[in-house]
Amino acid sequence: MDDLWTTGRVQARPGFGVPRAPWGRARRTAGHYLVDGETRGLKTKRHRKWGRFLAFLAVIGAVIGLTAGTSMQLWKHISLGLDLKGGFELLYQIQSSPDKPLTPDGAKAVVQAIELRVNNLGTGSPIIELEGSDQVRVQLAGTFNQSEAERVIGQTADLKMYGNATQDKSGKWVPDEKTLLATGADLKPNSRWAQDPTTGQNVVTLEFKDPKKWQDITTKYLQKPIYVFLNGDLLTAPTIQSVMSNGQSEIYGPTLSTPEACNELAKELNAGALPYPLKLISSTNVGPSLGLASLKATLWAGAAAILLIFLFMLALYRMAGLIADVALVAYLYLVLLTFAGMHVVLTLPGLAALVLGVGMAVDANIITYERIKDELRNGKSVQSSVIAGNKRALRTIIDSNATTFIAGAVMYWFGQGDIRGFAVALMISIVVSMLTAVLLSRAMLLLFTKSGVVARPWWYGAGKGVVQS
Amino acid sequence: MNARFNIVARRRWFFLLSGVITVLGLAAFLLFGFNLGADFRAGSRVQMQLNEPVDVQKVRDMFQQIGLSVPEGGITVAGTRSDMAVVRFPEVLTQDQIAKINQAEKQTFPKASGADVRTVNPIVAQQTSRKAVWSVLLASLFIVAYVSIRFEYRFAISGIVALLHDAFIVMSVFALLRLEVDLTFVAAILTIVGYSINDTIVIFDRIRENLRIAKPRSFSDLEHLVDKSLWQTMSRSINTVVTVLIAAVTLYFFGGQTIHNFNLALIVGLVSGAYSSIFIASPLWVAWRGRQMRRSAPEKHPA
Repeated sequence: MDDLWTTGRVQARPGFGVPRAPWGRARRTAGHYLVDGETRGLKTKRHRKWGRFLAFLAVIGAVIGLTAGTSMQLWKHISLGLDLKGGFELLYQIQSSPDKPLTPDGAKAVVQAIELRVNNLGTGSPIIELEGSDQVRVQLAGTFNQSEAERVIGQTADLKMYGNATQDKSGKWVPDEKTLLATGADLKPNSRWAQDPTTGQNVVTLEFKDPKKWQDITTKYLQKPIYVFLNGDLLTAPTIQSVMSNGQSEIYGPTLSTPEACNELAKELNAGALPYPLKLISSTNVGPSLGLASLKATLWAGAAAILLIFLFMLALYRMAGLIADVALVAYLYLVLLTFAGMHVVLTLPGLAALVLGVGMAVDANIITYERIKDELRNGKSVQSSVIAGNKRALRTIIDSNATTFIAGAVMYWFGQGDIRGFAVALMISIVVSMLTAVLLSRAMLLLFTKSGVVARPWWYGAGKGVVQS
Repeated sequence: MNARFNIVARRRWFFLLSGVITVLGLAAFLLFGFNLGADFRAGSRVQMQLNEPVDVQKVRDMFQQIGLSVPEGGITVAGTRSDMAVVRFPEVLTQDQIAKINQAEKQTFPKASGADVRTVNPIVAQQTSRKAVWSVLLASLFIVAYVSIRFEYRFAISGIVALLHDAFIVMSVFALLRLEVDLTFVAAILTIVGYSINDTIVIFDRIRENLRIAKPRSFSDLEHLVDKSLWQTMSRSINTVVTVLIAAVTLYFFGGQTIHNFNLALIVGLVSGAYSSIFIASPLWVAWRGRQMRRSAPEKHPA
């Protein structure tokens, strides 16, 4: 590598040795640099020089252009978490019993049943996921009747028909369990509200999956009452007027006096029974305007933080700092792209992890640039310093990022909800920052250095004088 | 070089300083304990962004009106501009009650931007705290394994001491200031763990590299080598922590209220992390490594 010394093209003038300042940075001297060496370069060399510099500018242009052109479009594809757009989150425990242990398939069936119910609610893009082996997290965005949502998700319309029932001392009707005729599970999921053509009564239509079953019941109980119970309460006790062979029927009762109540019951019946009972164990409720306020505040703060970091890097490392800044823009863009592509939900802690990731991406550049400064201090030429600095810094960067990645992976493994969101954002940040802060900025730095447009170490943040040791 | 402050030689002062801070932290811990948030304590937590200075009595009256009595000390004022009220209930609120709260908030505080209501039952609270402790311990374990393979076990242990020191300081500060500890606090602790070790590894990496170039034969050689490594990486250490601090401080003052405590934990942890990787981790390694060195070759090269 030291053969570059002999070209004398980008070599710093020796003899500016000054005692190092406590911070390890060379103190500035009044001395000036002569960079006339390059003006005597051959024509072809000059050609290549400007070619490289143009390529360098093209990379910057491409990064900035792509980001400015498509990032707004990209932002629309990012799904935001509840804490950012408002909404409502429920965590259910699936309750198994010794005689009905929970199987992985059973848990999946619960998730499917909940999906069906949530879809009936008609809210936009619900998130329903199994957490651990026996918990289900449901996230609903936007505003709607939350009490209703909770009831529809967690409750089963427990419809049962009995052949006999008695009144207890307090006047409450109690079914005779031995005479169970049919349950909601025997019905097709097409119940709806209707009005009886003759009486004008609000009713809920029922259709049996097996018409034969209904025919048998109506035959057996012809001119006798049957008792229909909903969630343990007697709903109605109609007397069977005729044998019905098409499996169709309808129910009505004092609690079903309005079309709304009928629709409600029809929805619950259609959702079917849950394979296992659910217990609500945790809920979070974020007002939509609160979420929006958080998002706005965090975005502005994030933008301000990034701008400050840009300026800080420019002040510290000048041209190299600019390269780091461009790499940072690419980092942010790629992270958003990954989020959109992998359908990662961006939460507030995730947003914080992103901004923290900016710090870590910058760290990779700082490690490299400090290395380059070390090499310059050791008297190497700018070009060989850049090459050696990049090479030496890489191992440090890999080791330090790997340890942080491990922390992120453990968080993902053990965490839930918010912590998971944070961990995913952290891991994506680290991987992307390895691409941009190492690969991209290294390529740009080498292009810039090799073009030899500027030769003074000042452009790399090293002092005007180069310390020889 | 002469003017340079010798960190390694003064290590006892730094150990003493960190020891005193740790003892104070422990005292704060024992005296106050954690102010556990809704994620770790069963019950309900209502966070209202009022966008006006919080009048505790007015908030209490609002809840009284909808039939909810707030327990003594159940209302805390939070937010950079003291415009956020956090109300705790030992019981789990129902969805109807939450709907009522949202309505009442709109009427009583027209400027408010809504409420964030969390309810947790005891099983989840217990499960969450167990998971949190496990994830910190497991993360440390995996990091020790990685560093032991890439470096050596003494580096791993010194690094872990430094990171536990940082995690502990953040926890003490939260105990001392009675700040709420929730799930995002755990995320912050984990980030600090990751950052602290990241910071330490960069310095260890330089020590490892310098060890390859010059083989120190005496304890003073070793001290000198580590001190040199510390100063070689000093501008990186400072520049990096300043960058991350820029992000954390800006987010602390202007970011969303829900990550307010998260960012405070981060700021304390970052400062502590930068301090401990320079003044604790490396000197600790020197003391440990040096002790073995003196034992193996004491007469040839007196320290």
